[in-house]
Amino acid sequence: MIHSLFLINHTGDIFLEKHWKSVIGRSVCDYFFEAREKAVEPENVPPVLQTPHHYLISIYRGKLFFLSVIQTEVPPLFVIEFLHRVADTIQDYFGECSEGVIKDNVVTVYELLEEMLDNGFPLATESNVLKEMIRPPTILRSVVNTLTGASNVGDTLPTGQLSNVPWRRVGVKYTNNEAYFDVIEEIDAILDKSGTTVFAEIQGVIEACVRLTGMPDLTLSFMNPRLLDDVSFHPCVRFKRWESERVLSFIPPDGNFTLMNYHVSSQNLVAIPVYVKQSISFFETGPCGRLDITIGPKQTMGKTVEGLMVTIHMPKAVLSANLTATQGTYTYDLATKVLVWDIGKLNPQKLPNLKGSLTTQAGTPKPEDNPSLNIDLKIQQLAISGLKVSRLDMYGEKYKPFKGVKYLTKAGKFQVRT
Amino acid sequence: MRNMSTAVLYNDQGGAEAAVEAGQESTPTTSSSGAAFGLFSTDFKKNEDLKEMLESNKESLKLEAMKRVVGLIAKGKNSSELFPAVVKNVASKNIELKKLVYVYLVRYAEEQQDLALLSISTFQRALKDPNQFIRASALRVLSSIRVPIIVPIMMLAIKEAAADLSPYVRKTSAHAIQKLYSLDPEQKEQLIEVIEKLLKDKSTLVAGSVVMAFEEVCPDRIDLIHKNYRKLCNLLVDVEEWGQVVIISMLTRYARTQFTSPWKEGAIFDENNDKTFYESDSEEKKEQTEAKPYIMDPDHRLLLRNTKPLLQSRNTAVVMSVAQLYWHLAPKHEVNIVTKSLVRLLRSHREVQYIVLQNIATMSIQRKGMFEPYMKSFYVRSTDATHIKTLKLEILTNLANEANISTILREFQTYVKSQDKAFAAATIQAIGRCATNISEVTDTCLNGLVLLLSNRDETVVAESVVVIKKLLQTQPTQHSEIIKHMAKLFDNITVPMARASILWLMGEYCERVPKIAPDVLRKMAKTFTAEEDIVKLQTVNLAAKLYLTNSKQTKLLTQYILNLGKYDQNYDIRDRTRFIRQLIVPNEKSGALNKYARRILLAPKPAPVLESAFKDRDRFQLGTLSHSLNVKAAGYQELSDWPAVAPDQSVRNVEVIEPVKEWAPLVGKTKKSKSEDKFYSDDEDEKEEEGSESSGSEDSSSSSSSDEESGSESEEESSEESDKTSSDSGKSSSGSEKSSSESEAEQKKKKKTKKAPLKKNKLTAGDSDSDENGNGPVAQSSSSSAESSSGSETDSEDDSDSDNIAAQKKKKSEAKSKPKVEVKSKKEVSLLDLDDFSPAPTNAPKSSVVSSSLLSDLEGLSLSNVSSTMQVTTPSFGPVKTYELLHHMTGKGLSAKYHFPRQPCLYQPSMVAVQVILTNSSDHSLEEIHIGDRSPASLNIHCFNTIERLEPEASVTVSMGIDFSDSTQAANFQLCTKEDQFSVSIQPAVGELLMPSTMTEEDFSKEQGKLLGMNETSATITMATANTSSQAIGKQVLSVANVGVVSSSQNNVHRFAGRTVSSGAVVLVSLEQKESCAALLTINTEKSVMASMLLRDLKQALAQA
Repeated sequence: MIHSLFLINHTGDIFLEKHWKSVIGRSVCDYFFEAREKAVEPENVPPVLQTPHHYLISIYRGKLFFLSVIQTEVPPLFVIEFLHRVADTIQDYFGECSEGVIKDNVVTVYELLEEMLDNGFPLATESNVLKEMIRPPTILRSVVNTLTGASNVGDTLPTGQLSNVPWRRVGVKYTNNEAYFDVIEEIDAILDKSGTTVFAEIQGVIEACVRLTGMPDLTLSFMNPRLLDDVSFHPCVRFKRWESERVLSFIPPDGNFTLMNYHVSSQNLVAIPVYVKQSISFFETGPCGRLDITIGPKQTMGKTVEGLMVTIHMPKAVLSANLTATQGTYTYDLATKVLVWDIGKLNPQKLPNLKGSLTTQAGTPKPEDNPSLNIDLKIQQLAISGLKVSRLDMYGEKYKPFKGVKYLTKAGKFQVRT
Repeated sequence: MRNMSTAVLYNDQGGAEAAVEAGQESTPTTSSSGAAFGLFSTDFKKNEDLKEMLESNKESLKLEAMKRVVGLIAKGKNSSELFPAVVKNVASKNIELKKLVYVYLVRYAEEQQDLALLSISTFQRALKDPNQFIRASALRVLSSIRVPIIVPIMMLAIKEAAADLSPYVRKTSAHAIQKLYSLDPEQKEQLIEVIEKLLKDKSTLVAGSVVMAFEEVCPDRIDLIHKNYRKLCNLLVDVEEWGQVVIISMLTRYARTQFTSPWKEGAIFDENNDKTFYESDSEEKKEQTEAKPYIMDPDHRLLLRNTKPLLQSRNTAVVMSVAQLYWHLAPKHEVNIVTKSLVRLLRSHREVQYIVLQNIATMSIQRKGMFEPYMKSFYVRSTDATHIKTLKLEILTNLANEANISTILREFQTYVKSQDKAFAAATIQAIGRCATNISEVTDTCLNGLVLLLSNRDETVVAESVVVIKKLLQTQPTQHSEIIKHMAKLFDNITVPMARASILWLMGEYCERVPKIAPDVLRKMAKTFTAEEDIVKLQTVNLAAKLYLTNSKQTKLLTQYILNLGKYDQNYDIRDRTRFIRQLIVPNEKSGALNKYARRILLAPKPAPVLESAFKDRDRFQLGTLSHSLNVKAAGYQELSDWPAVAPDQSVRNVEVIEPVKEWAPLVGKTKKSKSEDKFYSDDEDEKEEEGSESSGSEDSSSSSSSDEESGSESEEESSEESDKTSSDSGKSSSGSEKSSSESEAEQKKKKKTKKAPLKKNKLTAGDSDSDENGNGPVAQSSSSSAESSSGSETDSEDDSDSDNIAAQKKKKSEAKSKPKVEVKSKKEVSLLDLDDFSPAPTNAPKSSVVSSSLLSDLEGLSLSNVSSTMQVTTPSFGPVKTYELLHHMTGKGLSAKYHFPRQPCLYQPSMVAVQVILTNSSDHSLEEIHIGDRSPASLNIHCFNTIERLEPEASVTVSMGIDFSDSTQAANFQLCTKEDQFSVSIQPAVGELLMPSTMTEEDFSKEQGKLLGMNETSATITMATANTSSQAIGKQVLSVANVGVVSSSQNNVHRFAGRTVSSGAVVLVSLEQKESCAALLTINTEKSVMASMLLRDLKQALAQA
């Protein structure tokens, strides 16, 4: 299975290596660097590479490459999924997954990697289990540890490892018992030049934050579960009950976790919250072009659209932009050729507009392709698919928990072609 | 960690690695050493210092030192000379220190074998420790020390641990097996014994690890699995996710050796078999009446059934492994259930997408139907990485068929313009593939590609040339124009491959362009020396061919070029020149070959086949590394072919009846009555041990608690809630939201109470009521009146709830059956349910949201920004009505439905496109479905190709074109099968005879001005109140007629424009809203009959709510 892991930063330095079997020299990464160079953009590096004696499987996250070395046949997704779990765990422990953080906590990260795999096979990947074995660093604890000489490493087998509920540890206690659920929906859409929807679908996720004492058994039900076209669950959800009754029944992990992901079919007509009127054109004659974008509300279900932002990857030939925005601010990054227009709240009475001219490099032919617009937006208190949580029940414990559900709609991969 | 922060600080100052090391060094104990000093001191000094710390008496110093040592290991720096100092601490009491020492030991033991032995006794002692965690970690480290001398000790430890009481220790021993095996393969036999023993283990914790060991040590000992097969299948859901992947892939291999193929003829009946086997005797009769050749082994079915829920896993690797299991093991018609889950994975990380798309690409070659409904999920976004884009393109090309080609080509048109030129080039290749695969569009594609030749971008042009070359080869006769065109472009093209392609084309078809070819050769002679090798070769080639066909004009030129080639730097070119000269120029030395020169050089060449790069990947098991790389990876286990005769199935029988009992009630339709505990299977026992603190997973203990508290609690809670709401500003809006939904919540209460008894079947209705009081719905503020009313309702609903679900299901499917798109989605829902699974149609109808005249699609490829005043555009209305063409009763099992996809007809612009869905609802397959006689005889129909065979329960979508000549007269024709003929007729609604067009408001009024008087039809109509919003009006009008919306500056006037399909006459619709519901509807067109019919239809549509 997984033989070794190398962490590589964006400049190509290997700053951490871990071997679960015999040691493999760093030179194996040279094949990767070669591919990295060829790909130009880090995103374009093929995730699976072959070298004479090894196979390299890598992921790119947070400007870091997690590169694993494989010697024999293994499902590539197995490795990829694991590497993402590693990145998730680091994020969970230290708040972010970046080179600086890993370097600062190199010993903890190393210990974590040691626990996560045994002989290249995943041993403990549940965050709850890991946290019992290696406690995440906090300021208070490090002070206490230096005073008392206690350590961050647990000496008993985490209860989760043995039980059938590995995601929850025994003996959780809270004074305030609370359970919050965030229903977050993302609209993925492609609109064409004329504003017609080429493709649209809704991807939803229910993020939970559960701080409940003991071993509560929760049941979450929806007003309209039939909306959900396809779902995937945290292992805690009892699939049989979902199949038969369309309710989510589960013993929750402690803390933050993703309860379920769902998909609302693209076949149901998806409400598109905003429309975009745009014209971007480049002139044949001079080194310039024109840009005019207006955004207005379309199907917002009576809510306000917030956090509106337009990102445009301009053609390479565009040198500068001289624009005026009626609302919000815009920036044009000369190096990356990215135009960002940060609008904020959408006011239906006065539609935001961005207008002005673009300067292109003299002498180069006019760009033939108009760049597409990526839209970002947020609508609070609305699940655009209409999904509604009807109730949450708790069994198995005697106290009254405080419960709350929040809805949020966001733009996912929302693209307007021009 | 102070030293770390200093390291970072130094780093910032721009110091290289040496500076980092210096930072390492400047610890509290040593006096500050500068960066410059660090450069020279390096390892020696630092390790001295660490050594001191490790040998000190203070625990904290030791820990500090070990942390730094581990930091060194993590950075890949050598610290092996500290081994003696470190190993002493192996018996430390401090658990953290001990762990760090373990890390060090495992890393360096191989290099310092003798010293490593010192630590062994410590581990041996720890193996007997009462704490299972310590036993396990001791075994982990002991087995990780790669020192051959201790093999016997390891063996002993593994054997002991395999019998340990703690499943965690047993799991560790399974891992240790693999480590020992890689250290000393000679131990194989003994290790297999241990594996055999561990395979019998009932713990879910062990299952994954031991199967992993099995796969590494003895994957060929399939006999070890027999007895454990059913147990593994049943445990699967509860095994941790990584274990699931390994077990599933092992079971896939196992099943391929033990069961017979479900793909053979008659396999479609297996669903029945299955039911008869599992369910009841009631269907046994059926089995007897139908003599079935294939019966699925119940164990085979068990595996398929138990893996299905895992498609919902959050772990992408698990989903993929189930998908590949279904692909390799399930009957063909059941494979479709994995589609949706695979498409879901496309939302995941980029790397996951990459792998999943690769697998879909392979699958989509063999089974288009599986992914066709999800075609749009493969549309490319400009932000995708290049390799993702190309894979999506590959899949779209695989999915292309007659019915969706116009949509796909339109999409490709966007891609060609992409800034990512590599991707644009790949798109052109894809267009080429579509053109060869679908003969209807070959010409249109070719024309589009020719337009691309005037593109500004060189790579695009070059790729087009190459693709055109391939296309022309398939049908060279009519295309001398294109060849001439390319010859003209020749000077502007600089990409060698493209130039070479043009030269080849010239040579190959020089007889068709007798004037131009010699001229091109003349130009080439001038630039020959400056060309790339590949171009030179083709120039020689062209010269030779011209010499043979037109030696009068080209003799001298050819000789000149051959002379140039003779002295070229490249030996290939010299070689070729020599060969060509001998071949074509007759002289005494050239032998018999010369006579055949013409036949050799101008032999008709077979057209190249453009096919998918994933064509040959299906030789590998899906989801494997080998599949991803398209190379056989080390350790890849071939999937064997199905055995012709199944091996004895009794080998899987286990003496104990228990496991059989376990799965029997699971199956078939009895599933619902089966309680949910299965998912957690073992945890009930465990909980009982834990006592009263936590109750069993679903049962009733909660009811008692809520009983007692029900009275006052709800009040208390709501006040508590309001407190929270006000205090937390972030939550305040959510509070209001909740209260607004309250009334709704009350309405839904009925529904909720219905569900309550379902949830806890042991409760009485009364209990469930009080429980609701206690726990409360999420939308709080449960008013007591609502409570009581819901209580009374419960009883009545109680018994009907099971029907209720079924009814809902039914209702939904009925409600949705009209719009095409919905039908499909519904179907997929049912696909998930094995119970009401019906063999899926291979070809579900598609919704064509966008499309326009195909020709205009490809004209768009030219990238010109011409905007004529009137363009035929995309219809902006999606869903369409379906009409019955042939009922299955009259059609003896063949049923046909049709709808107007509202896309331009591929075959002739004057035809209206019609999609017909043919379904076989009989129990035998229908053959040779085609269109027979038609009336009136002059009726111009483009028939679909004869369908050779339609299996029972299968359906297929075909597209045809009918020229209605702008009249609503029905098109009558006969739908024939091999045996029968059925007269059917398609009568179009007047609105379907139109094509939408865009125009500006100005143009609209201009056109309208031309169509006054006789050509104007108008009426005042009354609209339903629901239809007065502009959105609703648009929707209603578009549902009636296929017209385009004209943007309007006046709020109360709505304008729509279209053209009749057949004659292209303009049809203008305008609707002026008067006060409240009245409106003036005006239609301007030359076709007055159509106008009045359209007016009637629109009036009706707008009047109804």
